[in-house]
Amino acid sequence: MSPADINDEVIKESSMLMQKEMIAENYEKLTNTAESGQKVSSTYVPGNLNELVMCFDMLNNLPEINAIQNGMRKKSGGMIMDAEKSGHSEDVCTYVKADIGNMAKGAIAPNGKPMPVPDLLLLNYTGCFTFLKWFELLRDEYGCRTQMLHVPYEGDGVITQNMRDYVVKQLKEEVIPTFEEVSGVKFDIDRLRENLRNSAKAEDDFVWVLESAKNKPSPIDAYFGGVYYVGPIFTAFRGTTQAIDYYKTLRGEIEQRIANGQGPITPEGEMKEEKYRLVVEGPPNWTSFRDFWKMFYDEGAVVVSSTYTKVGGVYDYDGFRHDPDHPLESLADYCLGCYTNRNMPMRVDMIEQAMEEYQADGFLINSIKSCNSFSAGQLMMMREIETRTGKPAAFIETDLVDPRYFSPANVKNRLESYFQMIDQKRAGGSPSRAA
Amino acid sequence: MKNTTEIIDYCQELYEDIDFTSARKWKEADPSRKVVGYMPVYVPRELMHAGGILSLGILGGGDNMEVIHGDAYYQSYICRIPRSTIELAVTKRLDFVDGMLFPSICDVIRNMSGMWKLMYPGLYVRYFDTPQNFDSSIGGDYYVNELNELKEGLEGIVGRKITDEQINNSIAVYNENRKLVKAVYDFRMKTPWKAPSWEVYLLMRAGMVLPVEEHTEILRDYLTAAEAENKPIRDNCRIILQGSFCEQPPLNLIKSIELSGCYIVDDDYMLVTRWLLDDVPTDGDPVRNLAEAFIHHSAETASKYEPDGARKGQYLIEAVKDRGAEGVIFAAPSFCDPALLDRPMLANALNGVDIPNISFKYAENSGQMQPIREQAGTFADTIKLWSEAS
Ligand code: SF4
Ligand code: SF4
Repeated sequence: MSPADINDEVIKESSMLMQKEMIAENYEKLTNTAESGQKVSSTYVPGNLNELVMCFDMLNNLPEINAIQNGMRKKSGGMIMDAEKSGHSEDVCTYVKADIGNMAKGAIAPNGKPMPVPDLLLLNYTGCFTFLKWFELLRDEYGCRTQMLHVPYEGDGVITQNMRDYVVKQLKEEVIPTFEEVSGVKFDIDRLRENLRNSAKAEDDFVWVLESAKNKPSPIDAYFGGVYYVGPIFTAFRGTTQAIDYYKTLRGEIEQRIANGQGPITPEGEMKEEKYRLVVEGPPNWTSFRDFWKMFYDEGAVVVSSTYTKVGGVYDYDGFRHDPDHPLESLADYCLGCYTNRNMPMRVDMIEQAMEEYQADGFLINSIKSCNSFSAGQLMMMREIETRTGKPAAFIETDLVDPRYFSPANVKNRLESYFQMIDQKRAGGSPSRAA
Repeated sequence: MKNTTEIIDYCQELYEDIDFTSARKWKEADPSRKVVGYMPVYVPRELMHAGGILSLGILGGGDNMEVIHGDAYYQSYICRIPRSTIELAVTKRLDFVDGMLFPSICDVIRNMSGMWKLMYPGLYVRYFDTPQNFDSSIGGDYYVNELNELKEGLEGIVGRKITDEQINNSIAVYNENRKLVKAVYDFRMKTPWKAPSWEVYLLMRAGMVLPVEEHTEILRDYLTAAEAENKPIRDNCRIILQGSFCEQPPLNLIKSIELSGCYIVDDDYMLVTRWLLDDVPTDGDPVRNLAEAFIHHSAETASKYEPDGARKGQYLIEAVKDRGAEGVIFAAPSFCDPALLDRPMLANALNGVDIPNISFKYAENSGQMQPIREQAGTFADTIKLWSEAS
């Protein structure tokens, strides 16, 4: 999730520069482990335990982020095809195939240097079955140590004590001892508390940033811009003072934009008129990220809330913060509460609430071919939201990192007719679906 | 005594009946009776049985149901079983069911549990989670509590407590059923010409809709009848079918594989009937016993984590050896994440010990059998040539 890579020339704000540097520095560390001797753990974004990983002086490498990086650099298409040629099905998640295809090419990081073989695959199994298979596949290739952390699904829309106890017990009895063994560093709970304290500070400002979209005009785009804003908190920086500084700076910039009555910044500069306020469900497409975004800002459409900014942790909906006083329990609650680990009725309620609170004109689903975790059930979700809010909803289909599934003309047509539908609705007509 | 044709005709009738008439009749016979539906791959049916509940295995609509509404619920790149299951519900074919269980097999079925909650707010709907941690004091404790929560939910349906004694009795009933299921599988393995795979398939499908005691009797009758009958031995090769644990292929596909020259000597259809590998103790704490059986003695499949990398795929290699198979056919539903993501690892393991394997995809409503027949036929020929040459 390196927004800094999206478009270097638009980087004007210091928060963006900060993030670019943070990411570059992290890749340097990751690709320098042969010299530094630092150990690396690979982990998924949803439910990642960055604060814990840092307690063992280990680096956190996130394979989804590498797939995104390769998607944005237009390299993922070839990697996916290589993986398919080597026997992986065309039907499965393209993040996995981009990762495996990348490995076959020597796993080159964005800085051009080879990625290290992880010392540990931390299988934080939150919100997606594919994760389980993905690390089994990597283990098969790398032969490296794998530690499962099974996070139960919130099937009934609640975190039960049994679920929490189960996650905590795994942390105490398996995950932490494994980290100690791999890293040679003894676990220090006070160090964890300190990291969690840092997380909570950054999370406060992060939530403020997300909620700034309640302003009219919204000073941010919570989807296309949102992927920039989630960067540090969803990845290897949560729990660091760098993340605190980043979000403080970002907040300052947005405060200024609100004071000036400015809209979001796009790759082509500041967005002028805010014509449509949307809530969006589903991850973006990465291979044509800029073209995709342009289809929105050209029409004056701004995303005021997105579910994608909750995939690596939900902080704004029910006020969760990492809690230094209950360190392991709070890590468990964080993992259990990630967006795709919540059941469908909860997801629908969250979207309905966002439609209301952010005064959205419509709801849009970007359905991802790769991702059953997000996508299975979205058509029903769309109808529910339409019925509950009376606002028009639309459905488009793309993929994360497989360019074969991004059809620009198709997506643009759909969006244009959707915006017309919102206009009609405003003019007093009844909405009919654009998909 | 019934012959195999009579037995299989009855099973086929049950299989083709997408209105679940037999389960409906069972329920209508007594107003206090309840039925709980479940999807693949595993639920502890013993708990339902102990509550006097008929557990009803729901495996989609098959190839004789037209899906009209279901497509409005699922994108084209999602497998077929959820849409045909929704179709069953929307067309009121499941309106007699008092609860639905959605096991933890994949994100599609997981999300479907929430869809069901939205569609049927008053119904008992549970996402049934099973542990991926196989330590008794970690995953085991978690699972005991999950089982107890399920038990409480079922008690809510039947309006009474389910006692340990009742569960222990039900465990014994299912131990017996598993014994017979295993006997049928072993019988087919030894004499595949006497127990064609499509017959074994229909026998096991019957177990999805019938009371378990009746199913056990049918299995017993079939074994007796099949042993007594003589059928011609074909020069088929022996294969294991893998990857069909959720969405089911059309019956014709199973027949086609056999007609193309392959005896199926093991498969992963309806794993719920063979999930627990050993007898579960019938005394002591039954919930703990069920949990321990799951943790330490249950089948391996794609939706279950394999903690030991060196063991990945070994169960399949062992099955090939134990069943005297000569190859493996991976047959998975299109868009089935667990099966398709698992396949390269299993294929690697097989290739490492030179076990021939091929793979294809199907959908429950696949109509064209010719390509599959040709592929399976070529595979069978290759195996025969290979074994003659060696
Ligand atoms: S299926 Fe979805 S959540 Fe899972 S790894 Fe792929 S993109 Fe991520
Ligand atoms: S066929 Fe595969 S992907 Fe589809 S519901 Fe079943 S297990 Fe899930």
